[in-house]
Amino acid sequence: MYSSKVLAHLADPQNVGEVSAPTVRGESNNPVCGDRLTLTLRLDGGVIAEARFLVEGCPPSIAAGSVLTGMLIGISTADAGRLTPRQVTEALESLPRNKEHCAVLAIDALRMALRGLDSGVASDLRFNDKA
Amino acid sequence: MQRVYLDNSATTRVNNDVVAAMLPYLTEDYGNASSTHQWGQRSRQAIEDSRRQVAKALNASPGEIIFVSGGTESDNLAIRGIAEAHSGRGRHLITSQFEHSAVVNTCNYLESQGWQVTWLPVYRDGVVRVEDLRAALTDQTVLVSIMHANNELGTIQPIEEIGRLVRERRAAGHGHLHFHTDAVQTVGKIPVDVQTLGVDLLSCSSHKFNGPKGIGALYVRRGVRLQKQLFGGHHERDLRSGTESVPHIVGLARALEIAVQNLPERMEHSRRLRDRLESELLTRIPYVTRNGDATRRVPHITNLNFDFVEGEGLQISLDLKGVAVSTGSACSSGATEPSHVLVAIGLDSDTGRGTLRFSFGADNCDEDVDYVISVLPVLVDKLRQLSPRARTIATTAVNK
Repeated sequence: MYSSKVLAHLADPQNVGEVSAPTVRGESNNPVCGDRLTLTLRLDGGVIAEARFLVEGCPPSIAAGSVLTGMLIGISTADAGRLTPRQVTEALESLPRNKEHCAVLAIDALRMALRGLDSGVASDLRFNDKA
Repeated sequence: MQRVYLDNSATTRVNNDVVAAMLPYLTEDYGNASSTHQWGQRSRQAIEDSRRQVAKALNASPGEIIFVSGGTESDNLAIRGIAEAHSGRGRHLITSQFEHSAVVNTCNYLESQGWQVTWLPVYRDGVVRVEDLRAALTDQTVLVSIMHANNELGTIQPIEEIGRLVRERRAAGHGHLHFHTDAVQTVGKIPVDVQTLGVDLLSCSSHKFNGPKGIGALYVRRGVRLQKQLFGGHHERDLRSGTESVPHIVGLARALEIAVQNLPERMEHSRRLRDRLESELLTRIPYVTRNGDATRRVPHITNLNFDFVEGEGLQISLDLKGVAVSTGSACSSGATEPSHVLVAIGLDSDTGRGTLRFSFGADNCDEDVDYVISVLPVLVDKLRQLSPRARTIATTAVNK
């Protein structure tokens, strides 16, 4: 049912938790499925130096948060802003069609975090995902 | 890695003796039981011997046992068969909100065809109330279908009391009222006696009690009129046409014969393991609750809710550790939907989110329980470390 990468991230999720002094923070919440994902980032000169996530959700949501944080560390915020749910899905090899919203959940948290950066508001952003 | 199968309510391993009993009817005695030559007659003999074995196990007469393809067909034949045979006397059925989908969807179909269906409520204890049934009965009611034990919770329904009520109504002139029970989760697991239960029809399925898949049975009390659902060669008293699968029928009968041997000891074996697992998990892991009544339930099932985790995440995490269980909630198409059973007892997408069913069988042992106790608390803790809500609760608890 799930790819080996999804299962590997479920068994050993990476970058779990919250950055201690985050530059930005984004939260996405799928009110229908109940999954909630929080992403905190610490920036260093326009580059993401640290990324951590928390999630209460199904295996693909956990895997999406885990793989996304790994993709973010070391890249610029501009590049981060161009990441898509499809790229998250591809990084996990694949997601079942009815679980693709889990990649959307992770990217929405990222976009909310980056929006906070653009607006100069660096914490407690909340967003109700429409996925 | 250790492998622990605790999903015996989904299906079971076929017993080795059952396989051995089936094999000759695949390789040597393969005749069509309708044939009059010796090949066919050996198959006929095997079927009728099997029918006697099943009847004996259920305290029925051999002529009251119909072999079908499984629990789903058994439920369909019972419900549609009664509804269609007695529609001239009334078009009202009564069932409950937490039946197996084979019953739910058959009743949904009949509802779409103009029958009126009353869906009895189920309470937090996972049990229907006879008073609710009494209030729902009308002169138009032709069938009551209530499961013997719920497949997710394991809670046992008041079948004997319902049977008495139905008999009282019939004695009072309501002669077209019938009573069916889906006993798929109880046959071979607890004593099932059709006379004691007072049912007119009872469904069971072989693969739930270490028999093969693809075979089940329907008990039809003598004198009960059913409309057949398959048209063909008049097999099974013309209620289930189709060349009989002799190996499967033999397998079902042998599996049931084994299951009911030493049943009290088998029940105690499951109960002891189930209770030990349940007790250890409730003690070792905070924020765990049991769903359904603790006493009125089959001995081999426990259904637990783990707050702050999502059921599928926990179920797949256990699977990665070699442990098979099932979850009562599934996230699909963006919606996490607790099963209709959990909804029926009052849980919602939040409270029913982290539900697991553990179901034991004859093959399980203390080492299985030891292993689950050793891995599950760690997995729950790990998933809760991921959960923003669990962290908030933990922080609040520390600050108190």
